[in-house]
Amino acid sequence: MAIHEKHLIRPENLATHDNLVIDGVDVSGDWSTFIRTRAVSDYNEDLQVEIAALPGGEYIHRCWQCGSCTNACTVNELNPDFNPRYWIYLIRMGYESELLRDKDIIWQCVSCNKCTSACPRDVVPEGVMKATAHWLELKGHTATSPSTDFDEIFASQVFHKGKIEDGSILTGFMKRSGQPLIQDWLIEMIKGMLRDLPIRFLFNMGWATLFHPKTKNWGKARAAIEEYVAERDEAHRIALKLDKSVDLHGHHN
Amino acid sequence: MTNKNYETVAYYPGCALEGSGQPYNRSTKEVGKALGLKLEEVKNWNCCGAMEVKNIDPEIQTYLSSRVMSIAAHEMGHKAVMAPCNGCYHNLKKAEYDLSHKENSRAVTKRLSEKAGHQTYEAGQIETIHALDWIKDTIGEDGLKARVKNNLKGLKVANYYGCMYTRPRNIFPEKDQGPGSESTSNPHFMDDLLAASGADNVDFALKTACCGGAHTLSDSDTSTRLVSNILQAAEEAGAEVIATECPTCHSGLEMHQIRAEKKFGTKSNVKIVYFTQLIGLALGLSGRKVGIHENISNSTTLLRSKGFK
Repeated sequence: MAIHEKHLIRPENLATHDNLVIDGVDVSGDWSTFIRTRAVSDYNEDLQVEIAALPGGEYIHRCWQCGSCTNACTVNELNPDFNPRYWIYLIRMGYESELLRDKDIIWQCVSCNKCTSACPRDVVPEGVMKATAHWLELKGHTATSPSTDFDEIFASQVFHKGKIEDGSILTGFMKRSGQPLIQDWLIEMIKGMLRDLPIRFLFNMGWATLFHPKTKNWGKARAAIEEYVAERDEAHRIALKLDKSVDLHGHHN
Repeated sequence: MTNKNYETVAYYPGCALEGSGQPYNRSTKEVGKALGLKLEEVKNWNCCGAMEVKNIDPEIQTYLSSRVMSIAAHEMGHKAVMAPCNGCYHNLKKAEYDLSHKENSRAVTKRLSEKAGHQTYEAGQIETIHALDWIKDTIGEDGLKARVKNNLKGLKVANYYGCMYTRPRNIFPEKDQGPGSESTSNPHFMDDLLAASGADNVDFALKTACCGGAHTLSDSDTSTRLVSNILQAAEEAGAEVIATECPTCHSGLEMHQIRAEKKFGTKSNVKIVYFTQLIGLALGLSGRKVGIHENISNSTTLLRSKGFK
């Protein structure tokens, strides 16, 4: 598996002239290639500290840039621009504007933990991906990702009832992400479920809707979790210098 | 060779096994019954936190998993808790690791447990095992071989383990301990058990590849591409069925097999079956008893052609 590295010279910074003659020598095309100077002046010196303040980002400082994470990465194989090593480098250097160029794909980490298993420095790159994706959302650089939407729906059900019911997670997510429930593959799946067991299936669906599975006497655990979440939210707000108007959960509520 | 005994264990099915993973729940219980192993369901259990709560805050996930272990250890007096779901198994293991290594995890778990009004779980008070360990350690390959009534001979199986059973390796200190132990890079417990049941295991390179379960709904195209790789590799290896050990992987493979055909025109015929269903069939249980008819992937015709009812 090759490491697909980011090329440090961007195509838009390469310049050539179609017709250029210097001192009688024709240097048209590739002969006159030069690289436009690029000066980085917008360091965010707090970037690493901010990412490290969010859950999962705690160990980013341990990275020595070996590239094992990118080499092992499931998503990198599908999209060479998905490059955890490079993002960790950018965060540690404070290259915020460079990081923002990839802001729309960072949330796509599938949490397979190949990086975390391969990392010789216990950076937990999978956690860093989650922290970075949250940082982008909290700072307003991206909208809430479908992944965070899903996490929020799921977690709120767990916090409220102690358990989840997968059917209502599915419908809840489709609703929040604005997708119609009638999708050809979903219909095909339900047909598969109905194949041999229409009665049990309908019974189960009805049962789960009427009697949502829950853990008994969950009230005190719920209150303890909610109190803890509120404390953490406040800590994140301070670490990221966010004002009170930023909704830390869901953004849709 | 059996080295450990899990004849009676606390059973933690988890949320998925009460929903989409129903056939896994059914077949695990039936196999336990057929093998004379006793499962005592964890009383009034809660969600382990799954990946979703971990993404919001890993310490809450650790607390949620610790509550399950606390009930199994303190209220029920068990020495081992068995979780067939890779996600639950992984999270209990992760909580165990964090509680023995991180002061902050211990502090948060203690605080939440006290406020919730139950005994705080401390590392080392119970052992978390997977359904694979449960059968492999208590019954063993020889024991299983001796109990097989309809062996799986002629059924070509790709054993699929997924991510959460082996990664990250640091939360599974008992793995990679040399001969006899499970391997995180080339797991073989399922292969061993199915081979003992007579199945023809194929050489399957993607046994720990990721099915994209985390984004099965939130980034479906990525999941479909990852699942397609797995299905295709299994077919190329000559497999007729893929044996699974995780409800998320299982429903992910089923769902994206359909989605791959509908969205990308990639058709595959390999069937998706829980490993416990296959062991159940080998032990002489009927397809209905182990919930073959409850799978979305329809393997009835294939299994009937192999002589299973």
